[in-house]
Amino acid sequence: MLFPVILLLTFICGYLFPWWVSCIMAFGAAIIFGKKSSWAFWCGFCGISLAWVALALLKSFPNEHMLATRVAHVFHLPNWGLLLAVTALIGGQAGGMSALSGWLVRRAFEKR
Amino acid sequence: MKVFKAILSVIFTVALIWALQTKFGDIPPLGEFLNPSTGFWQNAESKNIIPTENLKLKGLQGKVTVKFDENMVPHIFAENDHDLYYVQGYLTAKARLWEMDIQTRSAAGRLSEIVGAKALDIDRYHRRMGMTYGAEHTLQGIMKDPVMSKVINAYSDGVNAYIKQLKPGGYPIEFKLLAYAPEEWKPINSAYLLKLMSETLAGGSNELAMTNVLDKFGAQVTKDLFPDYPMHEDPIIPAGTKWDFKPLPIPQPPAAFKAQMLASMRDKEKIEGIGSNNWAVSGSKTASGYPILANDPHLNLTLPSIWYQMQMTAPGVNVYGVTLPGAPCVVIGYNKKVSWGVTNVDADILDWYQVKFKDASRTQYWYNNKWNKVDRKIETIKIRGEKPLIDTVLYTHHGPVVYNNVDMAKKGRVNVPVGNALRWIAHDESDEFKTFYLLNRAKNYADYREALKYYTAPAQNFIFASADNDIAITPNGKLPLKYKDQGKFIMDGGDPANDWHGWIPSEQNPTVKNPQRGFVSSANQSSTDQTYPYYINWKFEGYERGKRINDRLGAMTKATADSMRVLQTDDYSIRAQDIMPTMLKYLDASKLDDNQLAALDTLKKWDKFCGAKSVGASIFGKWWVKFYTFTWRDSFEEKDRLLYFPTMDRTEALLIKEPNSKWFDNVTTPVTETASDVLMGSFTAAVNELIKEQGNIGEAWQWGHVKPFEVKHLGNVPGLGSGNFVSGGTGSTVNALIDGHGPSWRMVVQLGPQVKGYGIIPGGQSGNPGSFYYDDMLKTWQAGQLKELLFLQSATQNSNRIKRTLTLSK
Repeated sequence: MLFPVILLLTFICGYLFPWWVSCIMAFGAAIIFGKKSSWAFWCGFCGISLAWVALALLKSFPNEHMLATRVAHVFHLPNWGLLLAVTALIGGQAGGMSALSGWLVRRAFEKR
Repeated sequence: MKVFKAILSVIFTVALIWALQTKFGDIPPLGEFLNPSTGFWQNAESKNIIPTENLKLKGLQGKVTVKFDENMVPHIFAENDHDLYYVQGYLTAKARLWEMDIQTRSAAGRLSEIVGAKALDIDRYHRRMGMTYGAEHTLQGIMKDPVMSKVINAYSDGVNAYIKQLKPGGYPIEFKLLAYAPEEWKPINSAYLLKLMSETLAGGSNELAMTNVLDKFGAQVTKDLFPDYPMHEDPIIPAGTKWDFKPLPIPQPPAAFKAQMLASMRDKEKIEGIGSNNWAVSGSKTASGYPILANDPHLNLTLPSIWYQMQMTAPGVNVYGVTLPGAPCVVIGYNKKVSWGVTNVDADILDWYQVKFKDASRTQYWYNNKWNKVDRKIETIKIRGEKPLIDTVLYTHHGPVVYNNVDMAKKGRVNVPVGNALRWIAHDESDEFKTFYLLNRAKNYADYREALKYYTAPAQNFIFASADNDIAITPNGKLPLKYKDQGKFIMDGGDPANDWHGWIPSEQNPTVKNPQRGFVSSANQSSTDQTYPYYINWKFEGYERGKRINDRLGAMTKATADSMRVLQTDDYSIRAQDIMPTMLKYLDASKLDDNQLAALDTLKKWDKFCGAKSVGASIFGKWWVKFYTFTWRDSFEEKDRLLYFPTMDRTEALLIKEPNSKWFDNVTTPVTETASDVLMGSFTAAVNELIKEQGNIGEAWQWGHVKPFEVKHLGNVPGLGSGNFVSGGTGSTVNALIDGHGPSWRMVVQLGPQVKGYGIIPGGQSGNPGSFYYDDMLKTWQAGQLKELLFLQSATQNSNRIKRTLTLSK
C-alpha cells in the first residue's frame, strides 16, 4: 500500500507544491502504512524517484530531450539518460529517508 | 533506543532536504534544480505549437493581436501606442527575462547580489564609473518627455505583467542555475541598457597608456608614432565633401601640460573587430531602381541572442527590425517608406582629469584657481552570503573619481588612471529612445534628420535610405566641442580650458545626402577627411573594411539584395593587399627551411580571401600579428606600466616608408636589426607555431581550424553555447568574425513600392535553451544566408508562415 500511495501523492504534488512537500507526504504515508524499516525506505525511494522520472519524461519527450541533453553537458554528463538517473537518485534518496523517518517515528510511539 | 533512532533519522532527513535546497559554490541547489515540478525539466518546451491562444492582461486598453512566424518572431498589431509598448515589454520578458535581468544587473553593479563576492570588483567598477549616476540622468531625460515617458512606463508595465504571473517552475533556467528569483522591472533598467551599450562601444580609453608613452618617449616621438590621421583612409563622409555651415570658434588648448602618473599598471590587449558595417546604395546602382540598405552591427555574440526581432504595428506605425531586450522601440529596421541602421562612431566622448585635492580629507579640489567642494555618493553593494559593502565615490564637476588609490586599481581595470575624475558622455541627461521612436515612424529624409537630433550616446553612424530614392549617412550623437587632441592624454582637471566647451551643433555633425558616387557607407573608420572643422577623435578603427565595401560598391551596377548579402559575408583582406607585397619583398627566402618554404609558397599563391578553408589566411594572419608584436614589444611592453602600441596603420606606414627605422631594431640585442630581420624572425616564429599547434602544413592549417570561434552563453555556462565551429573572416574583413565577435544581426532592405527585408541573427528568438527557437537561425547565419522577413500589412493578412496567433485583451 505504501509504495502506490507515495507514488500517487508525489505525482499529484508535483503539479501543486514545492518538491519537498512530497517528502512530508512520504513521511506521513509511512506513519500510516509503514510495515518495516527497509520496506519503508524502498517504498519512499521508488515512490518519489518513479514519480519524478514520470514527471520529467512527460516534459522531456515532447522536447525530444533537447534541454536535458544540454543540461547534461552543463554538468559534464555524457547524455540525458544519466541526468535522469541522477534526478531519480536524488528524489529517491530524499523520499526513502522521509519514509524511513516516518516509519521510525511511528515505531518510537508504538507500545512494544 | 527507538526514539533515538527516530530522532536521528528525522534530523538526517531534514538535513538532506536542507542540503538539496542550498547552493554550494557554483552548484545549484540540487533538489530545487532537478525536481521535475519546479526544476529545470519545466523549461523543456514542447515541439508542438499551440496555434491559437487568448490571454487576458489587465493593463491593456484595447485588443492586441500577435502573429508568430516560423522563427517565432512576433508581429504585434495594437490599437494604440500604449498597448504596443506594453505588449513589446510583455513578449520580450516572456522570451528573454533572464537576459534582461542579468544585463541590467551588470550595468547597475549588482551582480554580487546573486553570485557573491567574486563579482565585487566588476560591480565596484560599474558603480564607480558612474553607471548609476548616468542611468538616473537618462531616466530624468526620458521622464521629461511626455511621449517617451509614456512609452517607457507602458513597456515596463508589460514586463511586470509577465513577471507577476510567473511561478518558480516557469523561471528561466539561469535563475534556477544561479538560485535566485526575478524582481520587479523598473523603467531605469531600460536606461541601464543604454549605459551598457555606451560602455561596450564608447567606454574604453587609452589616455593612460598614451600619457605613459608621452612620459617615456617625449612629444616628438609620440607625434610621429601616433599621428592624428592614418596613412590609409577612406572616410565615411566622402573626401572632398563641402561643409555648408559656419563652424563655431574652436576652443584654445591651455599651456602645455603633462599629467603625472600615480600608479603603474599592466597591459591589456586591444580586440580588433568590435565594429560594424552599414551601407546604402542609391537607385541608380540597383536593379530595381530603388535604394538598398544593409547593416551588420558587430558585437560579442551570445546565446541568448543580443537582438530580438519584432514587427510592431499600431495607428501611425508599422515597423520591422531588431529590438534590444529591455528597451522599447525597434533599434535597427525598416518600415514601408524608410530603412535605417547604425555602426559605432568611435568618437572621443570619455576623458580623464587629474584631480588635486586640498588635503587627505579630500573634501575640496582645485579648479579655476580656487578650492571647490567634492561631492560624495554612497554606493551600497549587496553581496550574497556576506555583509554589504559600503563604498563612497568622490565626484568633481567632471564626474566620479573612479579609483581613489593604487590598491583599488590593482584589483580593477588596467586602463583607469588612479586619482582621476571621469568625464563621460553617458553621465549626461539624454533621451535616446526618442530617436528610435521617431525613426520607427519616419517617412522621409526630413523625418530622419529630425529623429537624429535627440540622440546622445554612444555616437553612431546613422545610415538611411528611403523609397523616395534618398540615401544618407550621419555620424551622430552629442559630440563635445574640443580643441584638437583634447583628451588624447590625461588632462589637468584644475584648468577650465580643459573642460568640454559645449557641443558641436547637431546639424553640423558630419553628414552627406545622395553623394555623387551613388552610395554611402561606414565601417567605424574616420568620420571625415581632414577638412572637417571639429575634432572628433585622433584614432578610429582601421579603414580596411570600409575600403573593401567602398571598392565593391563603387564597382557595382544593377545591385540586388543578394549582392549586398554577398558583400556582408565578404572576407577579402585589404590589409594583405596593402602590406603583403612589401612583407614578401623584404623576406630572404634563402634562409628558410623546407617547412617554411612550403608556407611561403602557399602564401605567394594565396588569393587574399580569409575563407574558412584558406591556408594562406592562417599564415598571413599569424605572420602579421607576430611582426607587429615583434616590432613594438621591446620598446612598448613594460612590466609595470601600460603603454599604448602604435596602430597597425602606423606600423604599415613604417614598413613601407622606413624599413630601416630605429623601431625595427630590437633594443635588447647588440646587433642593429631592420624590417627585414623582424620579418624573418616573425615569419619563422609564425610557421613554427602553426606546425607546433596544427602539425605539418595541410588541411589542419585552414583558417577555420586555426581560428577558434564560438557563440557562447551570455553567462558563460558550458553546454548552453553553440560549441566551437569553423568560420571564415577576421577582424579587418567585412565579415568580421574573430574572438567571439561578429555580425549580431545581418539585415538587407530593398526599398521601393513594396519594401522587402532580409535578415538573420546568430541564434534564435527564444532565450530558453530548452526551446527549439533558442538557436534555430544559427545554421542559416553560419551559411551566410539571410531569411526573407515577413512584413505583414494587417492583422488579417494571411501567410502560410504564420504558425501561431495570440490574442490579448483586457
